[in-house]
Amino acid sequence: MSTETAEKTEIKKPAEALLSKRRKKLISDPLVDDNPITIQVLGICSALAVTTQMKPTLVMALSVIFVIVMSNLTISIMRNTIPTRVRIIVQLAVVATLVTLVNEILKAFAYDMYKELSVFVGLIITNCIVMGRLEAFAMGNKPYDSILDGFGSALGYSWIILAVAFFRELWGSGTIFGVPVFETISSWFGEDFSLATNSLMVSPVGAFIILGLIIWVQRTKTGYVEH
Amino acid sequence: MQQSNTYIITFSVILTVVLGFLLSGTSQLLGPIQKEAEALDNKKQILGAVMDVEKIATMKPKEIKAYYESTISSKVVDINGEEVAGVTAETVDIAKNYKKPAEDRLYPVYVYHEEGSEDKVVAYILPVFGAGLWDSIWGYLALKTDLNTIEGVTFSHAGETPGLGARITTLDIQQRYQGKEIFGESGELMAVVMQKGEGKDYSSDPHKVDGMSGATLTAKGVNEMLKNYLSSYLPYLEKVKGES
Repeated sequence: MSTETAEKTEIKKPAEALLSKRRKKLISDPLVDDNPITIQVLGICSALAVTTQMKPTLVMALSVIFVIVMSNLTISIMRNTIPTRVRIIVQLAVVATLVTLVNEILKAFAYDMYKELSVFVGLIITNCIVMGRLEAFAMGNKPYDSILDGFGSALGYSWIILAVAFFRELWGSGTIFGVPVFETISSWFGEDFSLATNSLMVSPVGAFIILGLIIWVQRTKTGYVEH
Repeated sequence: MQQSNTYIITFSVILTVVLGFLLSGTSQLLGPIQKEAEALDNKKQILGAVMDVEKIATMKPKEIKAYYESTISSKVVDINGEEVAGVTAETVDIAKNYKKPAEDRLYPVYVYHEEGSEDKVVAYILPVFGAGLWDSIWGYLALKTDLNTIEGVTFSHAGETPGLGARITTLDIQQRYQGKEIFGESGELMAVVMQKGEGKDYSSDPHKVDGMSGATLTAKGVNEMLKNYLSSYLPYLEKVKGES
């Protein structure tokens, strides 16, 4: 019975450059061409939930980067000792531990963020991108490559949710990182002029719309079609 | 490669122990810092009922602590308004007390006075707790020295709908409570009731507050919460009134 699904892409070469072409691709591919959110449509849940404002989104993005990179590294180091039959549970245990660490650290040093994000940070465990990278890459590749791969995927996730948050905060609350933008613009045109905010943007529906538009624009540009 | 059962079990046990130690170690290490952060957050919420929230946000943790200590004196009372000795108000877990019947709960009172002089009371801050639409809601209600006019409120929630019920945490909503009165003309407790619908002017009615469009059920929870806790604090309020 073979349930091995990891791609074996290990290439034996003496001393590959620290950032060789192949390794650069590990980072750059998930940014656009193989983006976890817009192409693979993974991790949508948190992309909808946390993106009403830029600040919590940034914290969420950093948390996800930390969790993916560290879990990819840990699993990659252990990949030859992990029993195949329980590998999913092992991956889950490692991810859950890392997520709990992030949550505890936020609680100690950024309590306001913890209050706002706690539920969603916990849900990083179920973020398909994390488990997906572990199963598809870290189980069959060396630690350094796994770090790059995890970093790339996490960045691909991060820039999309930051982009969504940018538009949602701008149109929904009229601010960027809490700095009032709409008010300032309105004040240029005199007292009678004011830009209205759209409360649809504050609800999850707004995220769906923005995300849909981003996917549309991106797929038109890259010519990606679902098979 | 198929590993033996012994290998799998040994591997799992070692992994569990290592991860377990890692987590409990972190928890031990960060525990005191987390407790402090929690206590500070609580103080911020209490002060938020009587102070400008934006001003609190600019204060450093040390300043908040110092200001809190010089302006707030706290005590705990029971349902009859009698002071309960030997309990620190700040350590009372309102959520846990909420689960008990009203008669058995502990009721903390935070007296906000002028800096350094405990006799010059500015406001009485009372914690409130209840159920919103999805999860718990709580907050602090500050009463002026006439024990009738609301000085200010702060509300927090665990899981109200963003953009709808979650608006109770915004200044916009909380300011609507300022200056409202909790007792009717003949002295009966009326609390303050948030209305259905939004955009009406209730400035002439001291017992009504403009509602939140699309969040009537959360508003109901808030109304219920205020009424419940105000009636529980009623004996205490009457006692204070009798003293002055």
